[in-house]
Amino acid sequence: MLVVNETILEIEGLKKVYSGGVRALDGVDLTIRKGEIFALLGPNGAGKTTLIGAVCGLVRPTDGTITAFGHDLARNWRAARARIGLVPQELSTDMFETVERAVAYSRGLFGHAPDKARIHEILKSLSLYEKRSSQIRELSGGMKRRVLIAKALAHEPELLFLDEPTAGVDVELRKGMWEQIAALRERGTTIILTTHYIEEAELMADRVGIIRGGRILMVDDKDAIMQRMGTTEAVITLSEPLSQLPEPIAQFPVTLSEDGLELCYRGGDGSGSGSEEVAALTKALIAAGVDYRGIDVHDSSLEDIFIDLVSAEEAA
Amino acid sequence: MGFNARGAWSIYTRELMRAMRTAFQSILSPVLTTSLYFVVFGTVIGARMEPVDGVPYGAFIIPGLLMLTLLGETTSNSSFGIYMPRFTGTIYELLSAPVGVAETLIGFVGAAATKGLVLAAIILATATLFVDYEIKYPVLAIGYIMLVAASFSLFGFILGVWADGFEKLGIIPLLILTPLTFLGGTFYSIDQLPEPWSTIALANPIAFLVSGLRWTFYGTSDVSIWVSLGLTLGFLALCTAVIAFIFKTGWRLRE
Repeated sequence: MLVVNETILEIEGLKKVYSGGVRALDGVDLTIRKGEIFALLGPNGAGKTTLIGAVCGLVRPTDGTITAFGHDLARNWRAARARIGLVPQELSTDMFETVERAVAYSRGLFGHAPDKARIHEILKSLSLYEKRSSQIRELSGGMKRRVLIAKALAHEPELLFLDEPTAGVDVELRKGMWEQIAALRERGTTIILTTHYIEEAELMADRVGIIRGGRILMVDDKDAIMQRMGTTEAVITLSEPLSQLPEPIAQFPVTLSEDGLELCYRGGDGSGSGSEEVAALTKALIAAGVDYRGIDVHDSSLEDIFIDLVSAEEAA
Repeated sequence: MGFNARGAWSIYTRELMRAMRTAFQSILSPVLTTSLYFVVFGTVIGARMEPVDGVPYGAFIIPGLLMLTLLGETTSNSSFGIYMPRFTGTIYELLSAPVGVAETLIGFVGAAATKGLVLAAIILATATLFVDYEIKYPVLAIGYIMLVAASFSLFGFILGVWADGFEKLGIIPLLILTPLTFLGGTFYSIDQLPEPWSTIALANPIAFLVSGLRWTFYGTSDVSIWVSLGLTLGFLALCTAVIAFIFKTGWRLRE
């Protein structure tokens, strides 16, 4: 599924101040494109769930506008909500209801005619078909979370919010969920997910937004972020200590440790230019007659960038 | 997208299915309790009582006992119907769906009122086992029961939105509705009370409901049927206005 430049969700100047005075959202502007997977990252209390709640009708915004599928949510909320699905963070289900009836209820609630075949198809895609007649309380935590996904998919939403979809889910099941999210995207569903697992965002997202203190700190294509903010770090352990850097080596972005035994390179970007420069550095070392015993190269991850960005904001 | 009829129907049918899941609590329990009243007050004690306004005592208490069950059950069913999703967190689905005040009320309040009507029918059928009675204006009686069931289902909905714990859900039906119904002429005619109690009794709004229903049954009442009807319609309008306010402001539903 290709991401097209058609905007399906536009948020402008969104603010939310709770009755206790907590400012959860402080002027959020955000645009979501059709067909993309957008990962919203942020520490606890950053405003992720409030932002989702405001779009999905759970939270009343204090100020700002939300336009989904061309409908102003304050006015044409029915038309907009009919095309939006939500998988909440909490495992909130009617525990005494059977899986199939719970999913069928969700479909009806969103105004769709009963369609047993479609419900069965959704249950099969989430490996819940065999459990369709079981009460939800009898299911494992991972299955309950999949029931929530099935309920959110029952009305075939074009925009799906996944609020921490893999929270508390074991590694194997998490990978299964990633596959399901990828399959949804293939079918053309636009997905906005919040997650604490930045690896998840790095693996799946087309674009990433970082939110903190109710403000969006940055939104960009994941690859562009990695390229712009990513770095390569290489630590070269020398055979003999150096008192100072030879001239050809000093031209690289390197620092020498106090004992003169470690050369630390930090440079490049997320495009791989850092690795190429490290290779050139090693050649320059050999040419300058500097021997070394080992090299440890590390490309920064989205997590490193996220931590740096949030830490910098905190310091500011 | 206009009115979401399928959404309303989904809520309605799910609420009725929930009642079926808890049939003992929803249906059998109130029927059993009311039957005990018929046995004790209708058959055993009623046989020794003088007719009231020309109506045998056993038959006289039927409208009051019916009202007692109807008020308690419609209020409880409706309040639990909306409180449980709030308590368990499943309210998120309702709030994020394309359903508004009309669909929500038709679903929750309609189901609670339906349960109340079914219960009323079962109680009336059960009463024939213990007492001989005839309903003078059956169509009006059904209409009045429907009106009261709808009004108190709306009231229960407000209660379910207002409550922040199970204790509060039980307080109103148990500590207010039941005593007021008992003192509202269920077991006696208010005219039989000495002054000032007969005047004080008229400060009890439930007395007007019992009196109104009794008029549809036997053509006799403590107060004019028009006053009872006007009060019931006024209560219905008030509850509807409060619910419209709740949805408009999101009070206790949307943060």
